[in-house]
Amino acid sequence: MANHTYSDTGGAENVPPAIVLNHISKSFGAVQANRDIHLDVAAGTIHGIVGENGAGKSTLVSILYGFYTADQGEIEIFGQPVTLRSTADAIASGIGMVHQHFMLVPNFTVLENIILGHEGADSLSAGLEKATLRLQEIADKYGLQVDLHATVQDLAVGLQQRVEILKALYRGAKILILDEPTGVLTPQETEQLFEILKALRAQGVTILLITHKLKEIMAVTDNVSVMRSGEMVAHLDTADTSAEKLAELMVGRPVLLAVGYEGRQAGDICLQVNGLCLRDESGKTCLHDICFEVRRGEIFGIAGVSGNGQSELLEVLAGITAPQEGRIQIGTAEISAKTPLSPAGIKELGVAHIPEDRHAMGLVLPFSAAESAMLGYEERGTATGSSVFLSPEATTRHCQKLMTDFDIRPADPRLKSNLFSGGNQQKIVVAREISAQPDILLVGQPTRGVDIGAIEFIHKQLLGLRDRGCAVILVSVELDEILTLSDRIMVMNAGQNMGILKRQEADIQKIGRMMAGIEHHAPSQVPA
Amino acid sequence: MNQDILPRWIDIGLLPLLNVMAALVVSGIIIAIIGENPFVAMGVMLKGAFFYKGALGYTLFYTTNFIFTGLAVAVAFHAMLFNIGGEGQAMMGGLGVGFICLALDNILPPMMVVVLAILAAALFGAVWGAIPGWLQARRGSHIVITTIMFNFIAASIMVWLLAGMLMAPGQMSPETRSFAQGVGLPQIYEVLNRFGFTVARSPLNFSFIVALLASFGVWVLIWRTRLGYIIRATGHSEPAAIYAGHNPARIIMIAMAISGGLAGLMSLNEILGVQERVILNFTSGYGFTGIAVALMGRNHPVGILCASLLFGALYQGGAELDFEFQTITREMVLMIQGLIILFSGALAYLFAPLVTRIYLRLKPSAGGAHG
Amino acid sequence: MADLWIQFLLTLDATLRVATPLILCAMAGLFSERSGIIDISLEGKMLMAAFAAGALAALTGSALIGLAGAIAVSVLFSLIHGFACITHKGNQVISGLAINILASGLTVTLGIAIFAKGGQTPMLSRDERFGAIDLPFAEAVNALPLIGPIYKEIISGHNILVWVALAAVWITSRVVFKTAFGLRLRAVGEKPEAVDTAGISVSGLRYRAVIIAGILCGIAGAYLSIAHGAGFVREMTAGKGYIALAALIFGNWRPVPALAACLMFGFLDAVAARLQGVEVPVLGQIPTDLILVLPYVLTVILLAGFIGKATPPRAIGTPYVKER
Repeated sequence: MANHTYSDTGGAENVPPAIVLNHISKSFGAVQANRDIHLDVAAGTIHGIVGENGAGKSTLVSILYGFYTADQGEIEIFGQPVTLRSTADAIASGIGMVHQHFMLVPNFTVLENIILGHEGADSLSAGLEKATLRLQEIADKYGLQVDLHATVQDLAVGLQQRVEILKALYRGAKILILDEPTGVLTPQETEQLFEILKALRAQGVTILLITHKLKEIMAVTDNVSVMRSGEMVAHLDTADTSAEKLAELMVGRPVLLAVGYEGRQAGDICLQVNGLCLRDESGKTCLHDICFEVRRGEIFGIAGVSGNGQSELLEVLAGITAPQEGRIQIGTAEISAKTPLSPAGIKELGVAHIPEDRHAMGLVLPFSAAESAMLGYEERGTATGSSVFLSPEATTRHCQKLMTDFDIRPADPRLKSNLFSGGNQQKIVVAREISAQPDILLVGQPTRGVDIGAIEFIHKQLLGLRDRGCAVILVSVELDEILTLSDRIMVMNAGQNMGILKRQEADIQKIGRMMAGIEHHAPSQVPA
Repeated sequence: MNQDILPRWIDIGLLPLLNVMAALVVSGIIIAIIGENPFVAMGVMLKGAFFYKGALGYTLFYTTNFIFTGLAVAVAFHAMLFNIGGEGQAMMGGLGVGFICLALDNILPPMMVVVLAILAAALFGAVWGAIPGWLQARRGSHIVITTIMFNFIAASIMVWLLAGMLMAPGQMSPETRSFAQGVGLPQIYEVLNRFGFTVARSPLNFSFIVALLASFGVWVLIWRTRLGYIIRATGHSEPAAIYAGHNPARIIMIAMAISGGLAGLMSLNEILGVQERVILNFTSGYGFTGIAVALMGRNHPVGILCASLLFGALYQGGAELDFEFQTITREMVLMIQGLIILFSGALAYLFAPLVTRIYLRLKPSAGGAHG
Repeated sequence: MADLWIQFLLTLDATLRVATPLILCAMAGLFSERSGIIDISLEGKMLMAAFAAGALAALTGSALIGLAGAIAVSVLFSLIHGFACITHKGNQVISGLAINILASGLTVTLGIAIFAKGGQTPMLSRDERFGAIDLPFAEAVNALPLIGPIYKEIISGHNILVWVALAAVWITSRVVFKTAFGLRLRAVGEKPEAVDTAGISVSGLRYRAVIIAGILCGIAGAYLSIAHGAGFVREMTAGKGYIALAALIFGNWRPVPALAACLMFGFLDAVAARLQGVEVPVLGQIPTDLILVLPYVLTVILLAGFIGKATPPRAIGTPYVKER
């Protein structure tokens, strides 16, 4: 049973708790996603729920929003017992939700998106008029200004999130659930979001913040509940705890959050990028005049908020996209718009690639693990390495070896790739690429959706690779990961290189400003 | 997901069987509604398909068509492409056979003409499949709509040529002249008779052997070659194919070309094996049956062979039904076919929840999740 | 010259008659596809409806009952398609194809069983059909230059179902773009998750769309057998359902452009019929097959993006599954 040690902070004495969950359990087949959950959320507070991926947070929140019905347990909203059989029930009870992936129709306007489902009249024009007036009131009250007639797909991500919040408030939400809201925001935009949340709290809105980012919990919440393996393991006053304590509760054992950094001596330059430019189909600039070089035996981290060109840069380096201007030099080979190289060609130069999206690119989910382990290295599936025909024995044998060397579980080459956990799926991709013994490794978001045990393993692999003299180019939106692993850090904003810092020179505030595009870092004169 | 809990033999054996039975039950109900006895009807169909003299030959003759079109749909489906254009590709294959035979049958020895005609059937079909493939890969046109359109366009071309340029001189009906003596595929009953086996007459011809060889070839291609691996990978995930260093547009075109070529080969059965001239409408909807066959056979050659046999029996049995019953015609077979496609294709996992529940009751250990 | 003008007017007149089933089916397809469900089965539903109308009109002597039966049958098949696609989350293309093939077989089988006429239904008399409606003063106005013949030939003399088809375009336009239901319909075809998280049932919307499609296809089928024609003839839809689909795509899933495409395709059909066997100086006999194949070729060219861009609803063809 969980430990109640918090008191009502911020809520009035006689107001019933906004949410009470009692004995909530939910299973999917043989998997128990939530087990005997108890939760008390005081009205008018910001309450955080933390846990690793797979801890059951999403399921719990889905139950609150009526997506799923709990197998057992009771729910009380503001002291009234409710049955939430559908999303409509949840909305009627005053619960609103901002999802991790926005639920907005891209080619509708902001106004159309907000009134969808609550149009107020059969005729659209009548409904739109009424809504516009009401929305102006809400926007003024909470300070959420957005152009109602803009098309959603033209809006910046931060603004789209604001539309989501407005939508929930328009539908009468008194309880606002936010699921991993800061993954797509810069540190500064995150600050702005937190100001909005505090303003909402001041107006009496109860906020439930679901995240795995401990620093944010510490920054903005009043209370926090910790989930682990489907159970609630703690309820705490945020003021009485720390990020380290929360991490320990999340995992069940003491966790080292940051590794101390020792300076390293890097080797020769093995990859050089000069004046790289790329525009997408609509003419928008993705990459502008990117220049940097990478040396053997170093981890070169590329930091930035998702969507600022890092993914595109990685794809150019991997040969998936051809550069439009500029040059890439790998060893003696030169890649440019006139002399592009396909991924197969890049591979022959000794480059391996762990892609950002393991589901779409890194693996073929319906394939067996053995077949996924051959992706991009089909010769490993043939008996002789050069024939046209595949040999099932060779394929299986190769996969078995990878599973043993990289502790992939379950060690069954015939199991379909999509049945492995996120961490093990990523280990298959990591194993496949590292076993090619590359000179340069490109890696994107290596630990997204991966449990802490696998994170530690993968980080160790990357560090080991570096120690053996490989050059690793690491793209990650998790700043902590960049800081843990990188020897040098390049920050990108709006497709531009905002500067390259040595790890010793890096501090979060400075990097945050660079990520937001408000500061450049001029390279200091350092001997090569 | 159901597919992960149920063992393979249920997924590719029991469930398709249940789907076919459901289709047959509904057909039976309709037969009863129009006043006939469904069991008698089924009996007549079975007898007509297998137990009359020469019936098996006829059944296998129809089966040959379905093997080709079924393989065609299956190969495309492994690349996640819906090739609805089997009809048009088969028609073009027939045109290819026609062009070669009409041009060369009096110049080259018959054996050579036949070989070239086989290649032409595949080539013409391949081109008619590759164009929609190209349109999908490079221009983003949905292959379902384009292949449907291409069926109509091919039919128009056939009518235009057969009633015009290619029409046999001095005739009124739209068809070409007969090919020269010996330009055709040997009939199997003749070959067997020559070896001492007395077999009744039927149109079953050498293209049946080609179909069996094609089945083996498709199996090797899809599961034992690198190209097959890439086709399957591209079908599941284009980004993965790009990541692995391949060009999805190229793979899509190759898959559609192979698919179209297989459909084109279907024309051999009727045009070169029986008619020995090009006629209109020899495809008779077999291209669409190929879709049913591929679905039932789960896109695997073994399944396709079984499903083709089933449909061959249906068609031959249907002809017998037409013969025996006043009130039933060959359209009954179309109806059964539509129901089979509905149950095996769109409602493929209709019975899966029920079967899963029974299976888990008998084998509770199977319900565990992995990793 | 006057003769050519009359010929042209008569062709336009024929265009409207030929285009009517196309227009109804295109609107049907619009509702279905805007909600995210691919509908290849316009052809099959129309065929079943035509048979039902012809059979019921012959058996009861009433065209209205024929129309009602046509609509009922078409809605039934729509619900089958809906069940397969929405509830069962099956493959929408296959379901559509299955219905088409099933319809081909079922219509003839039932036709022979009931009427024993090789699949046809008995010829209908004037009273058992929807007849032409001659608008008032048509003969008198005919004397007026230019507008007279236009009024008499093109506007007057049409079947009520032709007017229903044109009204359907206007109604579709209003419903889809000016009502709350229409907003939700379009949303569910672009991003069903947005509708689901608003508390609205995705399946409910899609079923409603599919039923509306069934109603419109039912009217189209009835038109073929008991308004335009005098009974059901096997395979009488002759690919019109596919042309309607092509017109819908050509019109970029919008009602008025789709109407224009239907009229254009109808015009081609009418022209081809007129030019059959006609000798023209220099070119000789016009190959009407090539004219008839134009709608298909034009659709392919459009889809390939060579003349404008087709933008289908974003979520079309993908069954909606709640994310875990």
